[in-house]
Amino acid sequence: MRLPALRRLGAVAFLVGGLVGAVHAQEPTPSPVASPPPVVEPAAESAEIEALRSAIAALRAEYSARLAELEARLDALAPKAAEVASEPPPSPPPEPAPLVAPATPPPSASSKVFNPDIAVIGDFLGAAGHDPGASPSPALEMHEAEASFQAAVDPYARADFFFAFSPEGVEVEEAYLTFPTLPGGLLMEVGKLRGSFGKVNTQHNHALTWTDRPLVTRNLVGGEEGLADAGFSLSRLVPNSFAFFELTGEVYRGGSELYQSPRRQDLTWLGRARAYRDLTESANLDLGTSLAWGRDGRTETSATRLVGLDATFRWRPLRRAMYERLLARTELVWSRWEDEAALATPTSFGFYASAEYQFARRFFAGARVDRSARPGLPDAVDTGQSLLLTFWPSEFSQVRGQFRRTRYDEGTTAHEFLFQFLFSIGAHGAHVF
Amino acid sequence: MRLLAAAALAGLLLPAPAAALNIVATTEDLASLVREVGGDKVKVEGIARGYQDPHFVEAKPSFILKLHAADLLVVVGRELEIGWLPPLLNQCRNPKIQPGAEGHLDASLTARILEIPTGQVTRAMGDVHPQGNPHYWLDPGNGRRIAAAIRDRLSSLDRANAAFFAQRYADFDRRLAAAEARWDAAMAPHEGLKVVTYHRSWPNFTERFGLDVIGYVEPRPGIPPSPGHTVDLIKEMKRLGVKVLIIEPYFDSKTPDSIGRETGARVVVMPPSVGGEKEIADYIGLFDHNVALLLAAIRDPGAR
Repeated sequence: MRLPALRRLGAVAFLVGGLVGAVHAQEPTPSPVASPPPVVEPAAESAEIEALRSAIAALRAEYSARLAELEARLDALAPKAAEVASEPPPSPPPEPAPLVAPATPPPSASSKVFNPDIAVIGDFLGAAGHDPGASPSPALEMHEAEASFQAAVDPYARADFFFAFSPEGVEVEEAYLTFPTLPGGLLMEVGKLRGSFGKVNTQHNHALTWTDRPLVTRNLVGGEEGLADAGFSLSRLVPNSFAFFELTGEVYRGGSELYQSPRRQDLTWLGRARAYRDLTESANLDLGTSLAWGRDGRTETSATRLVGLDATFRWRPLRRAMYERLLARTELVWSRWEDEAALATPTSFGFYASAEYQFARRFFAGARVDRSARPGLPDAVDTGQSLLLTFWPSEFSQVRGQFRRTRYDEGTTAHEFLFQFLFSIGAHGAHVF
Repeated sequence: MRLLAAAALAGLLLPAPAAALNIVATTEDLASLVREVGGDKVKVEGIARGYQDPHFVEAKPSFILKLHAADLLVVVGRELEIGWLPPLLNQCRNPKIQPGAEGHLDASLTARILEIPTGQVTRAMGDVHPQGNPHYWLDPGNGRRIAAAIRDRLSSLDRANAAFFAQRYADFDRRLAAAEARWDAAMAPHEGLKVVTYHRSWPNFTERFGLDVIGYVEPRPGIPPSPGHTVDLIKEMKRLGVKVLIIEPYFDSKTPDSIGRETGARVVVMPPSVGGEKEIADYIGLFDHNVALLLAAIRDPGAR
């Protein structure tokens, strides 16, 4: 209210100022015209001067009429303006002359105000050393450029889009609508989602604490892409005095690398329970169990059942939060292959255990142990070990090196040095804890 | 029997005694101001502790539980909480406190904000806040404005207690004015005192109390000190005779300490928030504590 009124007042003042200026500018004009140049014939000249004079008089009359009108309007506005000016701030504090008006709404460019938060995150990967495995990563690769667009849709929903541009092409990594204000403590998401199976599956590449994904993800939980599919997710808080407890149920069409069902009636189902508790103000424990079932498309009647357990311990002293923290995490996954036609239902097991410790404002050291059987082949086991060092020039970029040793079931061993540059521009929404 | 039924019906129809409003504030400073105005008619909890950097709070699920049960959320705004509040709000499943709802109060909207950047803002400038400096609660004038905004919002959420909130606010206003007179009297002789601070957390405070900030330990906001910048800063401090270096409790004191040794300046660890030290129990106490710290540093410079 206050601002538009002031602005209108300003506009009127400007107009009045401009007109007064114009009138003043008009006044001296007669002098050069009126002072007769001595050379030309006087009769024609005086007629011309007469014409000019009357024109000027007409102009003057017109302007003074307009001026009077504007003044009247200004007078009408003045009491309002005084009202606005004298409207007391919350109780005028004794203080030096303010540099800014007391009420300062956040500035915004009006044309951009409804634009979503846009960010782009680059993930550049390099690899050196020898990898006899099936799909060694290239020496240098712009592994992924992730573009994100995030904003509220309306008072009831928000939307998040993540597009991944990689050497394989462009892919919708996630695109979903969230309804955060449903009754009954419910939260619903719909769209293409990374399934809530464990911890790593929900994370984008740039949020990982490694340059790669663990062996168990690659072997049993949907490869590099993980479980990402079109579907619904519904989760509910279960209020209790002991811990944060959340139950999630999800249903997908069956279009990920692991779960593939050509038939409409064969959906993929996913369930997760998560419990979290603060141990102290600096330390906390996060436990979860997940279950997934769906047709895997290997035969007409085959399906894969995944069972997962995950545990995360975090420690971050509040006073030193910028300089020191520890994150230790493990995920265990059992993958059982079921086929009505087959007699055996082999269960493959895999896990990783990882820790990352921040020892200075910009440095993190980490380690990871990997072990995973291959799907349907419980005795074909790959193992791996990694050591990591991460450097953060700022919150928005990081450089990471990872030494990785992988021993494949075939008896071959890879020794690799992987390095990564991660860099982000724009406004990327903060990550879920 | 009929009497009993009538009594039960009356019990159902009569309005239940209004429960205290459940309020969550993102910082202890805002929680303290809510306590000043709300008294025992509200239950209030802060999220960021006073000794914690409010930029780097973790979005822990335990905070989701607090927000889930809240009737009112009071935030500092100006993107101070941008790194952690949005995911909490998205997951708290509480429509009452979402941005734009009546139960969401951005305290910065009625406060006097400094350092609103004009022109192009880029991250090459460091971690700048495009909507102005979010440490604005460190001016008691803003504390009063925030308290008034809290009074208005509490009154509209709980009309029955509006007079109570107005009376509590008036009382706080009076105590704050008396305290301001005290702080002003103590600081007046030192007007124009040159200081250096670690982060740009203090523009409202230094402006209010007439201190002249001539430099920062951080070369740019949010960027850790670099050797080159530190050398330049030491030169400048020696040239201008700066004897006071203010740092927040959550920053590493190694660089400030060595600057202090080089220049003879006293390093003052000054908490920017309520609860930053155990004895800082409320908003007025925060300024009492910090003004006393400054006066001690001025009286006894270069003691470290």
